[in-house]
Amino acid sequence: MRHLLSTKDLSRDEAVAILDIAEDMADVANREVKKLPTLRGKTVVNLFFEDSTRTRVSFEVAAKRLSADVINFSAKGSSVSKGESLKDTAQTLAAMGADAVVIRHGASGAPRVLADSGWIDAGIVNAGDGTHEHPTQALLDAFTIRKRLHGSASRGRALDGVTVAIVGDILHSRVARSNLWLLSTLGASVQLVGPATLLPVSTEGWPATVTLDLDAAVDAGPDVVMMLRIQAERMTAAFFPNAREYSRQWGLDDERVARLPAASMVMHPGPMNRGLEISSGAADSERSTVLEQVANGVSIRMAVLYHLLSGTGEARA
Amino acid sequence: MTARHVLQQADIARALTRISHEILESNRGAAGLVILGIPTRGVTLATRLSVILNAIEPGTVSVGSLDVTMYRDDLAKNPTRAPGRTTIPAGGIDGKTVVLVDDVLYSGRTIRSALDALSDLGRPRTVRLAVLVDRGHRELPIRADFVGKNLPTSTSERIMVRLAEIDGVDEVTIE
Repeated sequence: MRHLLSTKDLSRDEAVAILDIAEDMADVANREVKKLPTLRGKTVVNLFFEDSTRTRVSFEVAAKRLSADVINFSAKGSSVSKGESLKDTAQTLAAMGADAVVIRHGASGAPRVLADSGWIDAGIVNAGDGTHEHPTQALLDAFTIRKRLHGSASRGRALDGVTVAIVGDILHSRVARSNLWLLSTLGASVQLVGPATLLPVSTEGWPATVTLDLDAAVDAGPDVVMMLRIQAERMTAAFFPNAREYSRQWGLDDERVARLPAASMVMHPGPMNRGLEISSGAADSERSTVLEQVANGVSIRMAVLYHLLSGTGEARA
Repeated sequence: MTARHVLQQADIARALTRISHEILESNRGAAGLVILGIPTRGVTLATRLSVILNAIEPGTVSVGSLDVTMYRDDLAKNPTRAPGRTTIPAGGIDGKTVVLVDDVLYSGRTIRSALDALSDLGRPRTVRLAVLVDRGHRELPIRADFVGKNLPTSTSERIMVRLAEIDGVDEVTIE
């Protein structure tokens, strides 16, 4: 594996292997010396054209724990704001000897362009591109589900038979797409829930069932309810009348949470709009995995960087 | 090339028993002993050693495993390898006598990685090295304290250690 651009590219074995490596990386976080010398001398560039706190910091911590050098680069305050093209930026980074580029970009497919263009000979990690994919978020979600379900016996397991309801703004959500491909590769069954205006026009060929009714989805008792953030910044039209109506119909409030089976977990990729798609009660309950997701994000990103940057880049063990 | 048997099941058992006594002798008892195996077969050997040690001096020796993948110096030259597990006994390794266990000692680079990994986990009082087979050709100034069998080899030969828990049979062959 040379790049991580989409969870569609991952085979079941590859995905499980990354989750297993992440288990080992999680152990490192509990040690006194939270650092491994594995990627010493490698340079990881965080190339963020969109705002982000947790993803960028998470990648930065992950790279630093593996002893790589990290260069943070955000579009604001860089030459990009003077109109530099992606090509010139990439070639500049290549000239500085970047071994991996973690890219977040507002345009779907920007990481793929970077990987295929030949502008730069580095491993490319997609950290979110437009409304397309966010593979490391999906991997950390799968890791979190597996950890909750199987605890310390997680290694080697997939997610066969797990039922997941992904709720909210499916249309604009790269998290939903990446999760859909990955979770179904791992054997879970996925249901997409949201208002008709926030569902893609066609979900033909998607390995998921679709419903408009959150109450029915909750009463079906899914193992996981994954809430998505309402992304006001991507909304160019009125997709629902007002926040209160959205919240009433598709928000995970205290009453809906109470109807879920005792073992069900509530996930949210963050940042949360409390009171809109998720109530504070739901976000802070025992079922909520929000903080686990953040902690696991570091382990997953360490595993991905290890996978991409160690080895000759050809076959993998 | 044909495989030639170097150690049979009984030889391996005898070697491990002798190493156990040597460990106890050099440590003057079993106090503060932590046996750490290096995956994969070193862990099996470490478990066997701890069983023998606890039979001689009951209930005092703890056992664990130490994965060195992340500390190797040849990561960039080989395909990506999946790391093994590191399990440190509850008492930790600070101030303990740690005995590293591996199946074959060759270049010494694995042991170098193990020493680095160990220093990130704590500060043992002493670190010893036990191996089933020492085949020579060291590339680093490292030597084993306890050796099952010294086996002079040429670099073109391959030493195969098979253990019942993993391979279904106990034997060491050279080919």
